[in-house]
Amino acid sequence: MCGIVGLFLKGKRLESELGALVAAMLETMSERGPDSAGFAVFGEGEDGRVKLTLRLVDVDADSVLADAAGVLGCGVCGQMRETHLVLSIPAEEEVKARFWAEGRPDLVLVGVGNRMELYKEVGAPADVARRFGLQAMSGTHAIGHTRMATESAVTTAGAHPFSTGKDQCLVHNGSLSNHNDLRRRLRRGGMRFETENDSEVAAAYLTSRMAGGLSLGQALEAGLGELDGFYTFVCGTAGGFAVLRDPISCKPAVMAETDDYVAFGSEYRALVPLPDIESARVFEPEPAHVYAWERH
Amino acid sequence: MPEVDLRQQTVRDLNEALHRLSRQTNETDWQVLHPNGQHSLAVGIDAPVTVRIKGHVGYYCAGMNKDATVIIDGNAGVGCAENMMSGRVHVKGDVSQAAGATAQGGLLIVDGNASARCGISMKGADIVVKGNIGPMSAFMAQAGNLVVLGDAGEALGDSLYETRIFVRGAVKSLGADCVEKPMGEEEKAILSQVLELAGIADDVRPEAFRFYGSARRLYHFNVDHAEEY
Repeated sequence: MCGIVGLFLKGKRLESELGALVAAMLETMSERGPDSAGFAVFGEGEDGRVKLTLRLVDVDADSVLADAAGVLGCGVCGQMRETHLVLSIPAEEEVKARFWAEGRPDLVLVGVGNRMELYKEVGAPADVARRFGLQAMSGTHAIGHTRMATESAVTTAGAHPFSTGKDQCLVHNGSLSNHNDLRRRLRRGGMRFETENDSEVAAAYLTSRMAGGLSLGQALEAGLGELDGFYTFVCGTAGGFAVLRDPISCKPAVMAETDDYVAFGSEYRALVPLPDIESARVFEPEPAHVYAWERH
Repeated sequence: MPEVDLRQQTVRDLNEALHRLSRQTNETDWQVLHPNGQHSLAVGIDAPVTVRIKGHVGYYCAGMNKDATVIIDGNAGVGCAENMMSGRVHVKGDVSQAAGATAQGGLLIVDGNASARCGISMKGADIVVKGNIGPMSAFMAQAGNLVVLGDAGEALGDSLYETRIFVRGAVKSLGADCVEKPMGEEEKAILSQVLELAGIADDVRPEAFRFYGSARRLYHFNVDHAEEY
């Protein structure tokens, strides 16, 4: 089943409350996805630096940090949240850092970005949000997912969001039927995959199209012709936020817009914690129609 | 007037209270506060009472309704008034997918828009949507009337049986076996009656609508198509 949420702020007013609002939205969607949860938050970015979100597997943060400093130099710092370490490094070290992370079997690289941090774990959504401290995070936009696994095992790797490009992330409710074929084609084009999950393929598809010069909205538009199956996607990029439903709108979706924000929820219940929701324009996104917002 | 505040009471409290009502009850006016998108509100009522819900509701609101009037001051989620038997459900905002699904009788009025599959498999109810309806509406609809003041989405009336569809705006496309038919006096009288029931007969003329129904080509197996199966 799964529940998905997204919140995109149009201005600075609610930025300090972003995490608290998304945490409340995620918790409401526990009934739709009680086995794991995850979220990506676009917070502060520093010029000339990149953040790597790493999931640590049976290894302590200090030794990983020490190793990173040894390999990548002294400009490395990190913040540990539950099982995830967000490593901030000079942008020019990104390629080396990816290579280093991939070479260590006790590290899983879950996301890379100037501003994006990405956290996901097995467990009840409210617990997952609390363990990572989502409540206190600030930022411009965030997407989240509560999972009820149907296509693959209940593992952290199978949890959403998926990130396959810098400052790019996606959450998906539904299931794709042509993901194996699409994965093969994308691999041939140079994309790399961490899982056998169908949603990762959707994320990689969008990444590859954006790498080819399309905007997020245009990439989703192209996806209408190439992604086969059931889907409601909510996607984030450094400055963008977009929603797409499959042409027969198999999976539920509701949106709300005010002067301050655009919000997405699988159900209206997820939007109830938002400020001024009573006076928001609440609408159901139409099938096969790309909704995209940009903030500069 | 009995009032149920869903911040203090549960959905089950509300529905049990409504189910306990006898058909002769004097408690005929109910108010429900803070629904906050919760599911299955005011379902299965079997008494001629009025329930007014102040806010947006979730899935299956007023499902299986019999004789009650349910008014929703907001939007409704999936399956509003599904399998209604009789009575009246009035949504002041928009409704999500499958509004009035399989409804056997009664009247569903939507002041806003209805999304996909409105009136799917409806079996005798009247549905009046003042805005637009989404794709695949009246799919396999069997009896009753679907009246749309706005536009209809793709594949309207696919695999239709005998529901009458009246659309005042544009129809994006018709589904398999749904065709436009000339509106005769009989259909016009039926449409007028539904508009009257919905309280909009003074503002909306039946002549402004186009009438769609089943071509009845899917009713029987056609031996000429045997090789297509």
